Amino acid sequence: MSERDEAAAAKTAAAKTAAEKVAAEKAARAARIDQAFNRAVPYNAWLGLETVDVGEKGAGRLVLRLPFREELVGNPETGVLHGGVITAAMDATSGGSVFLALAEPLRIATLDLRIDYLRPAEAGRDVLCSAHCYRVSRQVAFTRGVAHHGDPGEPIAHAVGTFMIFRDAPSRMADALKSGRAGEGEP
Amino acid sequence: MSFLEALARARREGDLSEVVAAVPYMRAMGMEMRVDEEGVLGVLPFAEHHIGNYAIRAIHGGVLGALLESTAAITVLYTSESVHLPRIVNITVEYLRSAKAETTFARSRFTKQGRRVVSVRTVAWQGDAAKPVAAAQSHLLIG
Repeated sequence: MSERDEAAAAKTAAAKTAAEKVAAEKAARAARIDQAFNRAVPYNAWLGLETVDVGEKGAGRLVLRLPFREELVGNPETGVLHGGVITAAMDATSGGSVFLALAEPLRIATLDLRIDYLRPAEAGRDVLCSAHCYRVSRQVAFTRGVAHHGDPGEPIAHAVGTFMIFRDAPSRMADALKSGRAGEGEP
Repeated sequence: MSFLEALARARREGDLSEVVAAVPYMRAMGMEMRVDEEGVLGVLPFAEHHIGNYAIRAIHGGVLGALLESTAAITVLYTSESVHLPRIVNITVEYLRSAKAETTFARSRFTKQGRRVVSVRTVAWQGDAAKPVAAAQSHLLIG
């Protein structure tokens, strides 16, 4: 093997290792969100939220799946999901996107959340909730998101939220998200 | 009992329990809609699966949003002549205080009632009505 070939092979191997590292970090973050957020938070667990995508590190992007089930129906005539279920799932996804945008684990609280219901969810179908925390200031984080059945171009709902950030109060949930040891010692 | 029959009975007897029982999500959440002299009162007795923050045992923001939205929708349904649930256009929920692991109440007031759309302000509180835990502004299309 020539020197040039060797250098190229080393470069490829290094790139592969770097890509593997990125993939491993992403998988670990997805597992943490699943455990500390989707499963350890009782209402998120009751809704059945599942992690679909946690985006790039620090990007503040999160996609969760809300699996359809009869209990979540709000209109007995049409079989369509209750609006409150969409609100709850978008609140959870938006809050999760803030956690993913923060560089350190901090306690957050929803300040307000606006949901526009663009078209009814279809009966019997899962909903994908996607949120992006696009701005973090010292005290407030701003999010926007969309709920859809698989095609973001055909949204069921748009969500815009603001969250308070408590920089003096580390969160147990945020700690759990960081360490991946959710729910330890929790009731 | 069909939804229509439940609704007719609710308007006749001032008892919304059969209407609530017909909505799977409201039933699963344990939500109640009572009728008193002021109108419809949304009531959500605490249940363990409502928790959103296990460290401070606070109710999930989405649960409060759902109570506010349900109270608005049932109030519009009960006071209108429509036989269908209203369609919600949008809702803005303000979170004012963390809600504790206890019963939450909600009441809706119409800011403006049009023929097709109603603007509704809904407030939720726990022990002290003067200290709301959340409030919402919403628009609903009459069903």
